[in-house]
Amino acid sequence: MISRIKTAIFFLLFISSLCAQDVNMAAIDGGTFVPLYGATNKKPVKVAPFKLDVYPVTYEQYLAFVKKYPEYSRSKMKGLFADKSYLSQWKSDFDFGKNNLSNAPITNVSWFAAKKYCECQGKRLPTMDEWEFVAMADEKRVDARTKEEFNKYIMSWYEKPNAYANPIGKTFKNYWGVYDMHGLVWEWTADFNSIFLSGESRKDKATDKNLFCGSGSVNATDLMNYAAFMRYAFRGSLKANYTTRNLGFRCAKD
Amino acid sequence: MKGILDQNRKGIFKTAWYFLLVLPIFAFFLVIQSCNKKESTAKEKPISDLSIYNLPSKWTTQNGQNIEMKDLRGKVLVMVMIYTSCKSACPRLVADMRNIESRLPSDVKENVKLVLVSIDPEVDTPKRLKDFSIENKMEGDQWLFLRSTEENTREFAAVLAVNYKKISPMDFSHSNIISVFNAEGELVYQQEGLGVNSDATINKITEESTKLN
Repeated sequence: MISRIKTAIFFLLFISSLCAQDVNMAAIDGGTFVPLYGATNKKPVKVAPFKLDVYPVTYEQYLAFVKKYPEYSRSKMKGLFADKSYLSQWKSDFDFGKNNLSNAPITNVSWFAAKKYCECQGKRLPTMDEWEFVAMADEKRVDARTKEEFNKYIMSWYEKPNAYANPIGKTFKNYWGVYDMHGLVWEWTADFNSIFLSGESRKDKATDKNLFCGSGSVNATDLMNYAAFMRYAFRGSLKANYTTRNLGFRCAKD
Repeated sequence: MKGILDQNRKGIFKTAWYFLLVLPIFAFFLVIQSCNKKESTAKEKPISDLSIYNLPSKWTTQNGQNIEMKDLRGKVLVMVMIYTSCKSACPRLVADMRNIESRLPSDVKENVKLVLVSIDPEVDTPKRLKDFSIENKMEGDQWLFLRSTEENTREFAAVLAVNYKKISPMDFSHSNIISVFNAEGELVYQQEGLGVNSDATINKITEESTKLN
């Protein structure tokens, strides 16, 4: 009997280790913060504890997904869910080619594809607040947004082209043990379509003055606002079927 | 005799115990499998690549009926996203929808469904949607009110390129867009803004409806 239980437990552990996607996830304690955008009257937003992938999803991982769900391969992907540049850097449906490193972050994926990928791992896309909460940490602090070097680092990446070709895990490990929130690729969030920008083509959206503060000067707070503004403005310009060369994703879990 | 029974019982106990351990594993694989599900094949020609009928999400109507988007196939759809407790933009959006409806000739109207999708599924229960339809005199068969989970709603908004955000427990900001879909569920026209001239929208609806007669 006991040996049988032992076998069963071993079997269970074996299976769970096979399926465990949590290995490369970092536990985020949660907390409150005031995001640049999205807080009503600048009141702090609460982020509940959750788990976040330590790295963005890579070519190798995405290839495994596409092999398992061929309807997400380049030639089978439906136009409703991704535009024409979906995986356009790949050699063929099941070959990402020699120019792309297997451990580089996957890009040219739509929101629908990213969402589905996460769902099929038993995960989900992080919300914008969750993503921004983790992204404000540097190596030592939960919130490094007012630190000048931190903002300069982010801004210098925004100026660098082609960072998306680099392998994952080469930027800094932040307070939560998460890599590549800055310095590699932009990332999809679950609720990217909750941003309202004034001055863009859609005439009827509510505006948010927070988005337009302090872009003219160069002290640390303004740099911080400017960096965050770039991210929110980028998200605000996206549609769910868009794919671009510098936009990837990672998954989260409750 | 008693000994054998005992042994049998022990055997059953063992099996049950084993099942308890193995069952969650199966459950897990079933969950994973559900991602794998192939969409059911359409009766007639296949659903096109750009059709909203590729969406698998399930919705509930103002009459408490459960439907999928593809159940609406064959109708020209005029869709808008609203929430019933909205005081500012939605009444005008709803007025725009009613205005469009009133201007459709009856032979066009029978090919059309006017669909109002709630962005506030928590508050907008089927009953609430029903009450709203009565208050706003939108009770005919051509009117359809839908709600689903928060996630499905977010996804559907993504398809319509409607942005929305909860800004307080009672309020949302959202884009004011009325979308027209052809009978195959492909987006053919979007009217943006409030109280705008609906001529182009009506022309498009009429054009798509004529193809069906």
